[in-house]
Amino acid sequence: MNRMQKSVESTQAILESDAIAVERTLAGDRDAYRVLVERHSHNVFRLAYRMTGNRHDAEEVVQEAFLRGYQKLRQFAARSNFGTWVYRIAANYAIDRMRQRQKEEARREAPRAEDRDGMENDPLNRVPDEAPTPERLTQSMELRKQMEQALAALSDAERTAFVMRHWEGCGIEEIAEVLKSSSNATKNTVFRAVQKLRRALQPFVETGAQARAMGTES
Amino acid sequence: MKHMSEEELIAYREGVAEQQAVISRHLAACEECRGELDRIEAVLAALDTLPVPEPGADYGRRVWREIAPRLAERSGRWWHVWMEPRRLAAAGVIVTLIVAAFVAGRITRPGKTSDNIANQEQVRERVLVVAVGEHLGHSERMLVELSNATPTGPTEKEVNISAEQRRAEDLLQENRLYRQTALQEGDAGLASVLDELERVLLDVAHSPEEVTPAQLEAIQKKIEGRGILFKVRVVNKELQQRQEATKPTQSDSTERERNKV
Repeated sequence: MNRMQKSVESTQAILESDAIAVERTLAGDRDAYRVLVERHSHNVFRLAYRMTGNRHDAEEVVQEAFLRGYQKLRQFAARSNFGTWVYRIAANYAIDRMRQRQKEEARREAPRAEDRDGMENDPLNRVPDEAPTPERLTQSMELRKQMEQALAALSDAERTAFVMRHWEGCGIEEIAEVLKSSSNATKNTVFRAVQKLRRALQPFVETGAQARAMGTES
Repeated sequence: MKHMSEEELIAYREGVAEQQAVISRHLAACEECRGELDRIEAVLAALDTLPVPEPGADYGRRVWREIAPRLAERSGRWWHVWMEPRRLAAAGVIVTLIVAAFVAGRITRPGKTSDNIANQEQVRERVLVVAVGEHLGHSERMLVELSNATPTGPTEKEVNISAEQRRAEDLLQENRLYRQTALQEGDAGLASVLDELERVLLDVAHSPEEVTPAQLEAIQKKIEGRGILFKVRVVNKELQQRQEATKPTQSDSTERERNKV
């Protein structure tokens, strides 16, 4: 039996076992839901962490996604598969959580002078004038910081679209459903996200590549 | 030769371009566009190196432990959960807030509308202030005990913190309720400290029941490093002052009595 066939069969087994667990939960066996929670928690956490950018919020998103999943299980019935479904619930709640977090931070921070004209909010304007020297960059740490900042500077919709498409491999239709948007608008959101990330990170990525090349030459 | 736009290349890279085949043929023949695509790829590849923390092999079990007691409230039999003794206190505060607002409304109804609203708000705030003050007091005591915990002997290999862990679990549930209420009431400062406290409570609640002296020291350092005890004390002090400020004054009640006559 080849690896591909094994993988298809194991996916099939998971789907069937998920369907049985859903059925048993709906029949009143609360512990059957435990199987679903334990099986899908890691995947949902990964999505939630990438969307919210911090562990605390990610853990809250995971818990809330499974609680909402339980509450809405009758609506799920035999639609798609449980993993994808709870994923979508988590993405929706993560958007709510990010918005709530932004409101909290906005209340805490007085508007800074440079923010008033909106220039500072546009990540395209945050690209440094010149690439920092390899010495100044403590390489991966600096790049990592820049990447986190660039991701944080995306709008909620852009970040959701990018995470779901690029990292989680979700289809455009699936992302559009979460964003409550059309397919075309969702494609544009993915495009804008990549474009902004590129503008913000390319100088750092190139500097890193140059430094690595110089390191191997010497 | 007309080159591909950045938008077309990104759409191609993400597999959502309308003319995947056309772009693919163009890339085979155009070095400049291939270079541009490589630069996009390099940024995306760099992003792939961003780590996601590993929540631990028992993460699924921990999530279940957290949500299992809350499933009943989501399935429509919510009152079962609220009958748990540890939830009764928090539930009591919410009920008191509603009743207090209602009573304040009735008592002050004949007066001026703006006074009524101000009184209702005062009563609501007072109830919230008292309840959160108590919650912060309980949290502070638990954190102080945990900060002062030491192994009973030099040979002891593990310290049992299960009592603190269970208290942290209970406090965590209450904390979430109070944080949400504070947010709804527009008290961002209080919500922010409760948010920080929640992170610490979450850490403690998720710790093993038996910890090594080194693990205990790490937990204590986390509590100390975040300065949460100090923040909790400051906010609690502020709440006490607010409690004093929102107490009805003697002259208020005298005036009310005079108006009755």
